[in-house]
Amino acid sequence: MIEFPVLSLLTFLPLIGALLILTIRGSEEIVARNSRWAALWVSGTTFFVSLYLLFQFDGTSAEFQFVETIDWFPALGLSYTMGIDGISLFFVLLSAFLTPICVLASWTAVKTRVKEYMIAFLILETFMIGTFCALDTILFYIFFEGVLIPMFLIIGIWGGKRRVYSAYKFFLYTLLGSVLMLVALLTLYVQTGTTSIPELMEDPVGRDLQIWLWLAFFASFAVKMPMWPVHTWLPDAHVEAPTAGSVILAGVLLKMGGYGFLRFSLPMFPEASEFFAPMVFWLSVVAIIYTSLVALVQEDMKKLIAYSSVAHMGYVTLGIFTATVQGIEGAIFQMISHGLISGALFLCVGVVYDRLHTREIARYGGLVKNMPKYATVFMIMVLGSVGLPGTSGFVGEFLTLLAAFQVDTIIAAFATTGIILGAAYMLMLYRKVVFGEQVNKDAAAMSDLNPREFWYFVPLVVLVLWLGVQPGMVMDKVAPSVDKLITQYESALPLHAEGTLAEEELEE
Amino acid sequence: MSFNPSDLIPILPELFLAVAGMVLLVIGALTGNHKTIFIGKAVLCSFVIAALILLGVDWNHQTVLNEMLVMDQFAGFLKLLVLIGLVASVALSLQYLEQIQTLRFEYPVLILFSGIGMMLMLSANDLLSLYVGLELQSLSLYVLAAIRRDHLRSAEAGMKYFILGAISSGMLLFGASILYGFTGTTNFEGIAASFEAGLTPGALIGMVFILAGLAFKISAVPFHMWTPDVYEGAPTSVTAFFALVPKLAALGLIARLVFEALPAAQDQWMQILWLLAAASMTLGAFAGLAQNNIKRLLAYSSIGNMGYALIGIVAGTQDGVGAMIFYMTIYMIMTAGTFGLVLCMRRDGKAAEKIDDLAGLSKNSPMLAYGLAILMFSMSGIPPMAGFFGKFLIFQAAVEAEMYILAVLGVLTSVVAAYYYLRLIKVMFFDEAADPFEDEISFSRRVVILVSVLFTLLFILKPSALVDISVNAASALFAG
Repeated sequence: MIEFPVLSLLTFLPLIGALLILTIRGSEEIVARNSRWAALWVSGTTFFVSLYLLFQFDGTSAEFQFVETIDWFPALGLSYTMGIDGISLFFVLLSAFLTPICVLASWTAVKTRVKEYMIAFLILETFMIGTFCALDTILFYIFFEGVLIPMFLIIGIWGGKRRVYSAYKFFLYTLLGSVLMLVALLTLYVQTGTTSIPELMEDPVGRDLQIWLWLAFFASFAVKMPMWPVHTWLPDAHVEAPTAGSVILAGVLLKMGGYGFLRFSLPMFPEASEFFAPMVFWLSVVAIIYTSLVALVQEDMKKLIAYSSVAHMGYVTLGIFTATVQGIEGAIFQMISHGLISGALFLCVGVVYDRLHTREIARYGGLVKNMPKYATVFMIMVLGSVGLPGTSGFVGEFLTLLAAFQVDTIIAAFATTGIILGAAYMLMLYRKVVFGEQVNKDAAAMSDLNPREFWYFVPLVVLVLWLGVQPGMVMDKVAPSVDKLITQYESALPLHAEGTLAEEELEE
Repeated sequence: MSFNPSDLIPILPELFLAVAGMVLLVIGALTGNHKTIFIGKAVLCSFVIAALILLGVDWNHQTVLNEMLVMDQFAGFLKLLVLIGLVASVALSLQYLEQIQTLRFEYPVLILFSGIGMMLMLSANDLLSLYVGLELQSLSLYVLAAIRRDHLRSAEAGMKYFILGAISSGMLLFGASILYGFTGTTNFEGIAASFEAGLTPGALIGMVFILAGLAFKISAVPFHMWTPDVYEGAPTSVTAFFALVPKLAALGLIARLVFEALPAAQDQWMQILWLLAAASMTLGAFAGLAQNNIKRLLAYSSIGNMGYALIGIVAGTQDGVGAMIFYMTIYMIMTAGTFGLVLCMRRDGKAAEKIDDLAGLSKNSPMLAYGLAILMFSMSGIPPMAGFFGKFLIFQAAVEAEMYILAVLGVLTSVVAAYYYLRLIKVMFFDEAADPFEDEISFSRRVVILVSVLFTLLFILKPSALVDISVNAASALFAG
């Protein structure tokens, strides 16, 4: 029996939707209205299909599931192989979950070229989901890189004042990293004769080659992540992108870097990963502290959140390269949680930006009086970002720090200061925007969340709180894949294995 | 020695084209310029018929005219590509010639003769036939560049092209005579045998001169100087033709020469071509950044692309040559569409050539803008467009041959070049709209653009066939 290709359906449903929207004709107003509804329906349907994955996914297995293979490029031995394991499952869900919210968030904010905008978003969704499902290195690369096209257009066409500069910077920075990865992928292919990700994970190449390949992959994922010091494209891109663009950027695109580390760097180059881990730790710590300090002095709300993203991603890289169960599970959880929280924070900025058309913190104040619902949602998200226990933000940060503490206490100590700094800048932002005097009349006259806005915040708030108290929902499904990853990783390290053996003998 | 007419069957397409060319020339001379459109269409039909004859000819290895010419899979497939490129060039030209009031009947006939020259180049198995084919092609091109003789820049372009082209032909001929002097033969197999027996410095010098002459024809750095000026000065339809076909033929010729005549000197020519490839990629990427004229920009783009294509030859493997053919096929198809769109850039009866003239095209003519955007993303090598696969195969060949420096240089320069391709997209989509272009686009041009864009976009669905054909064509050079 041929299994139903649910991953392909999920991946290409948005693309089919985009083609449908392409055929919409009529006056500008009708086209805009129909495109919005069509995009909402398509992305909503995609989300429901993705829920099917969640319920059908076998959480006890570490194997790739829903695997489908088509002999796509036999001349080069490339195949179209899709499949997910516990690590990728939640990224697929996150992408499918955030896209309809983005469509809703752009409902009235995007006024020009609505049709093209919705098409770009749906194509973007196809590439995002494809990236997380691909089990062939080249297929992965195609999806990974294809993301640049719609995102470049979204920032460049619908962005703010400096959109051209930001779009370029985003595109060229990420492209520069990615092409090095392409050379590494080719080298890997030439050396091993396979492009299958599961096969490459089973059988790492020699150590010297690993070092070079690791660096090439690092160039790509570190830019995407982004890690200090190659993070500078992110604040620009975030500030200039339309609200929904920022949500996707922070919510999903950044996660591609972390996912890449987990899918490629760690399992395929274990020895190199171990070799470079200290460097990654220090880069992460610098990112956490430095970008937190930078965030403290920002006057632009989006920029502040953008820098906080870099800091939060620092915990992710820290956790991943500890190569411990807590570290990796924490990193994955942190990515999911950050996707929800930072997405919601950008939406919060979007709400007030739509009303006042400025992101300057000083232009707001005292919003709690005229926007109580907004203040509540914003507070939950701010506290989530700070990492308050009870929100999803806490779980990820706590686990990664726990793992870091086991590996290196100094690193952990430095990284923990980031939590304090994080609380400082987020609470400062909240105080200035929501509390205090209502200095500006126009800000004081803003209306509270309308029903559309309210309803797209509801699922985000629910998830952030629910994951905060019930992290097991994610962890249980992630755990087997992470265990397998770590087992493979450790067995590939000859020295490490001998070391533990010797210790055990001593104890006897 | 008996001569059997059936021996000429492998070069039947060329013979047919030659007869057709002469007949059309006479018709043109008798009827004058007002029949140009008819002659253009007749040339178009001749190319199609020649392609059909070519498909009927046996593509297995065989030689003609005392081993002067050779027919094999390599020549067969590349000739087919050349004919496709010629069809596209003529199809793109006719409306434009009308618009610039240069309806001269020589135009299509010259394209036809240069086509014969290119097909002979691809079949050349001897330094003499190589030179004859090359000159037939080049002389036609010189005249085409200057076809608007009352137009200063066109005349300048033709002159420049002719003088520099003549120098390069001279170098090539000089190299050929040295090679003949040292090896005692002009036949490729004979040269290969002589090189096998021992490399002499004199013969190597001859080889260097020949390669320099050929590098000029593909505008590889440092022999590229003519390209931007000629691309800019020549009428746009001629530029389109220059970009589409002659370089493909010249690259095919280089591949045949180095693999069939000079395999023993692989270490030596590899160094030369390595440098040409690296320099072309780098200069093509960086010099393109500062261009404001879209034709000059495409000139630098073509210089860079020749660098990538050369990597395939430098790799020195069958897969490498296959990658080169594959790359050039995709490049040709993308370029056809790009120039088709550039030819549509007309405002108030004049050609608009500045990049800024494209401003806001996405509002005025969205279809053109999306087409050009797809082609530009493809040119920058972004998946899932066809251009990505071209680069992919080229870099794979480089990595397989362990030329990591060339591969890394290639991907890095492709990022630099992406900047100027993106610039076109930026101007079309992000900038405020300028006045719209004239929207009269002939049927044949529409077809070329549509085929090009759809190929670029949908190539990902069935990528294997073209790779198989390319590698198969390349295998002919490695058979013996």
